[in-house]
Amino acid sequence: MVRLPYSTALTTLFSYGLLFAFGHLRDFFRRIIDSRKPTTNLKDYAPICLGHEDFYTRRLFNRVQDCCNRPIASAPDAWIDVIERYSNDGNKTIHRTSKTSRCLNLGSYNYLGFAAADEYCTPRVIESLKKYSASTCSVRVDGGNTKLHIELEELVARFVGKPAAILLGMGYATNSTIIPALIGKGGLIISDSLNHNSIVNGARGSGAAVRVFQHNNIAHLEEVLREQIAQGQPRTHRPWNKIIVIVEGIYSMEGELCKLPEVISVCKKYKAYTYLDEAHSIGAIGKSGRGVCDLLGVDPADVDIMMGTFTKSFGSCGGYIAASKEIIHHLKQTCPAHIYATSMSPPAVQQVISAIKVILGEDGTNRGAKKLAQIRENSNFFRSELKKMGFEVLGDNDSPVMPIMLYNPAKIPSFSRECLRLNVAAVVVAFPATPLLLSRARICISASHTREDLIKGLEVLSKAGDVSGIKYFPVEQEKTTAVEKLKKIQ
Amino acid sequence: MDMALPIVNATATVLARVSAAFNAPLARAVVFGVHIDGHLVVEGLLIAVIVFQLTRKSYKPPKKPLTEKEIDELCDDWKPEPLCPPIKEGARIDTPMLESAAGPHTIVDGKEVVNFASANYLGLIGNEKIIDSCVGSLEKYGVGSCGPRGFYGTIDVHLDCEAKIAKFLGTPDSILYSYGISTIFSVIPAFCKKGDIIVADEGVHWAVQNGLHLSRSTVVYFKHNDMASLASTLEKLTRGNKRAEKIRRYIVVESIYQNSGQIAPLDEIVRLKEKYRFRVILEESHSFGVLGKSGRGLAEHYGVPIEKIDIITAGMGNALATDGGFCTGSVRVVDHQRLSSSGYVFSASLPPYLASAAVSAVNYLEENPSVLSNLRSNIALLHKELSDTPGLEISSHVLSPIVFLKLKKSTGSPTTDLDLLETIAERVLKEDSVFIVTSKKSNLDRCKLPIGIRLFVSVGHTESDISALSKSLKGVSASVLSDYF
Repeated sequence: MVRLPYSTALTTLFSYGLLFAFGHLRDFFRRIIDSRKPTTNLKDYAPICLGHEDFYTRRLFNRVQDCCNRPIASAPDAWIDVIERYSNDGNKTIHRTSKTSRCLNLGSYNYLGFAAADEYCTPRVIESLKKYSASTCSVRVDGGNTKLHIELEELVARFVGKPAAILLGMGYATNSTIIPALIGKGGLIISDSLNHNSIVNGARGSGAAVRVFQHNNIAHLEEVLREQIAQGQPRTHRPWNKIIVIVEGIYSMEGELCKLPEVISVCKKYKAYTYLDEAHSIGAIGKSGRGVCDLLGVDPADVDIMMGTFTKSFGSCGGYIAASKEIIHHLKQTCPAHIYATSMSPPAVQQVISAIKVILGEDGTNRGAKKLAQIRENSNFFRSELKKMGFEVLGDNDSPVMPIMLYNPAKIPSFSRECLRLNVAAVVVAFPATPLLLSRARICISASHTREDLIKGLEVLSKAGDVSGIKYFPVEQEKTTAVEKLKKIQ
Repeated sequence: MDMALPIVNATATVLARVSAAFNAPLARAVVFGVHIDGHLVVEGLLIAVIVFQLTRKSYKPPKKPLTEKEIDELCDDWKPEPLCPPIKEGARIDTPMLESAAGPHTIVDGKEVVNFASANYLGLIGNEKIIDSCVGSLEKYGVGSCGPRGFYGTIDVHLDCEAKIAKFLGTPDSILYSYGISTIFSVIPAFCKKGDIIVADEGVHWAVQNGLHLSRSTVVYFKHNDMASLASTLEKLTRGNKRAEKIRRYIVVESIYQNSGQIAPLDEIVRLKEKYRFRVILEESHSFGVLGKSGRGLAEHYGVPIEKIDIITAGMGNALATDGGFCTGSVRVVDHQRLSSSGYVFSASLPPYLASAAVSAVNYLEENPSVLSNLRSNIALLHKELSDTPGLEISSHVLSPIVFLKLKKSTGSPTTDLDLLETIAERVLKEDSVFIVTSKKSNLDRCKLPIGIRLFVSVGHTESDISALSKSLKGVSASVLSDYF
C-alpha cells in the first residue's frame, strides 16, 4: 500500500490547484478572444467535445505531451531507437525528425525477451506467413479456422492446466466480450477496485450488477459476499442467479500479486465463481512460467475461468480463455468476438506456439528455463537496489513490474525528460490511469536485460531521481553505517 | 357547620362565575388589556396539541438487522445457476479447418475447394509484394509491439500507415486501432455520452450495438435502410424540442450492412443530416477498397465530399487483407480519441507487420484501380447465375461484394431456417467442394434481420469458379428445399 506523507500530499494538491487555476484563466481569455471571431459553419451543432470534458487534456496533459506516445524505430527489445521530436509552440503540436537515439528500454512489456526476432520463433513465423498469408479475412466460425488456431488452443490449454481453451484476436476484446457471454441481468459481478478498464467495460456491457471490493482486502470481499447473498437483488430481494468474482494476477499499476489462495477459499465457501485475469503474469512468473497459480501453489482446477493475453510475455497479440470443456463450448456458440471478429492473424498464432514451446523446453534447448530464471533474478536485483537507493517502490518480490512513486505533477515531466536525456526510456503514468495524487513511473524488467544494462539503468535512475527529488526514503547505506557506528561505540 | 358555610359560599361564587363566563353570550375576558374570546382558548389548546403530535416521531416498527447466524443460513441455502448451460444434443460444434491460405482456392479438411467464405475482395491474400513487406517488418520489428501506444508501442510504421490512409481518403488525419471490431465500439463511447441522442439503423452489427450500449446515450432505431423512416424519426426527435439544439446528435449507419448486404444511400443521409443538424458516424468495413471509382469508399461512390462525413471507421480485415482498424475525420475528432478512446489507450498497438501490410495494400490499390471493375463484373456474373436458384433469392444490393441469399419463404421458426441453410452449406461443401457459409448470430445480438447464406466475392474468382458454385447451389437447394416447398 502507498503511504502518502502529509507534506507531500499538501504540496501535490497545491501544484494541481495552481495548474487548474491557470488552466481556467486561460480558458476564460480564450473564450473572450473567440467570441470576437466570426462564427464558423458549425453553428447550431453542439460542440463535439464540451469545454469541461477535455479540460484536463487541453490544459494539463498537453503541457507534458512529449513524455507520452514516444515513437520508436526498432523492435521493442532491451535497447530501442527512440525517434527525436521537437515542438515550436509549447507542445501543442509535435513534429518528428529523422534522428533517433539509442536508449535502454525500461517501459515495454517484454518480460521473456520474445519482442525482437528470435532464433527459434522468427523462421517459423515467416514460414507460416508464406503458407497462410497475413490474415484469413474471415471470422473464426466461417473460414478463419486454420490448423494453427486449433493447435494453439490445445497447447494453451495444456500449458495453463485446463481441459480446453478458446482464442481471440485482442486481449482487451477478450474481457469485454466474454464477460457478457457468461453473465447477464440478474447476476452479480464483484470485482477488485483496481481492475483494468477492459474488465470494467465488460462488466458494464453485460447488464449484471457490479460491486467493488477494496483492493486485495479479503475480509472486505467476504463482507461484500455475505451482504449481497443475504440481501439478494436490489429492491426485489430475489436471490442472485450467479456471482462471479474477478481478480487479476499482477496489477499492472501496483506491481502486486493478488492473494489468490485466500480468494479461492472464500469463493468456494460462498459458492461464487472465480475469474482470473493473468494478462501480466502468464509466462512471466512461476517456476515454469505458468503464472500466478504456479507461484502461489494453487491448483488450476480451482479457478473457474482463466484469462490471459499473448502481448506481454509471448511477444505477439491476442488473448485466450481457458476453462472446462462445457464453458468453452458455450463460449464458442455465444461469444461475439469469436463469431463476428476477424480471426487471429496466422503468423501471430505461430509466434505464440513457438514461444510456448521454448518456455516448456519442447524446442530441444533449455532457453526457456534460462529466461525464466533470468527474469526472476533481474526483477529481484533491480527492486532491492532501487529500495536501497531510497526510492519508494511498490510491488511484491518476483513481480517484474516496479512502480516508483512520483506524486508531484512537476516531477512527472522532469523525471521522464531527464531519463531520456541520459538515454533511458522510462514510462510515467498519471491521472486518469492512476488516482490524481499518486502519479508514478513504472519500470518493466525483461529477461533480455543483462546485468550491465541493469546497472546502467540504476545509475541513470538514481541521477534522475536526485534531479527530481523523489528519493522519499532514507538511503539504506546510511542506515547500516549508523548501526555499525553504534555497535562500535558499544 | 360554621366552616362549611364559607366554603359552600366560595364554591357557589366560583361556580357562578364560571357559568357566567360560559353562559354569557359573547363573553369577554380581558387579559393584560387584550380582548380574548372563549372559543379562542379552545382553538389555542387544539393548535398546541397538534403541534405537539407533529413534533413527535411517527411510529416505525423497530428495524432488526439480520444476525450473523441468519446470514450464514441464507448463504448456505443459496444455490447458484451453473456458469454455462449444458451442451445441447446434436449441437453443431465443428467448423471446417483450413490448411492453406484463405485465397479463392483453399484446402479444407484435406481436399481442395473453391472458397466463397473469405472477405478477400481484392484478392490480396498471397500477394507477393505484401508478403515481402511483412517479412521485412518481421525481421526488423519482431511480431508484437509489446505495449500500448502511450508507452513505447508507437512504431514508425504505425505513423506511416496513419498518414497513408489519411492521404488516400483525403482527410486531415487518421488513427489506427489494433482490432477490427474494437474500432467502432471504442469510437462511439468516446464521442457519445449520457444524454446525447443517437439514431441508428436497426440492422447494424453487434460491434456497433455494443458501442451504442456502452455509450449510455438515448438510442432510437429506424427501419433498416428506409430513408422515409429515418426522416420521420429525425423530425419527431427535433420537432419542438428546444433542448435538442444543446445536445450532441448522431446518425450511425454502415455503408454495406453485414447482416443484409444493403448499401446505405449516403447522399440522402447527408441531405437529412444537414437539414436536422446531426453528425454522421459511418462504418465502412466492407466498402473501403471496394466502392467508388478508385476504392475510396461510399463517399466517392455517391460523389459526396468527404468533409461532410464527420467520423468514418473501418476494419482492415476485409479488402486490405490485414487486421486492425482505423478511424478518420477532422483533426479534433482524431486527437480526442488519442486520450479518451478505451480501445486505443488501454490496449496494445497493432503488430507492426500488419501495419506495413496495410500500407502495401493501399499502395496496390492506388496503382491498380482496374481490380475494382473486375470485382464488379464478378459480382454481376454471380447475380445473373444465381437469379433462378430454387427456394433462395438474392436480397443484397447489386454492387455489394457480400451476396446475401435468403429463403424465399421462411418456415416460420428461425432455428428450422438455420438448420436448412446449414444443411445446404454442408452438402455443397461435401459433394461439390465449394466452401460457403451461413450468417451466424450470437444470442447477445439484438438484430432481427433474417439469416441467410453469405457469399463473399473476390476478384480472384474465375468464371468457372462462379459457375461451379451456381450449379452446385441450385442442385443442392432443389433437393433440400423440395420437402418444404
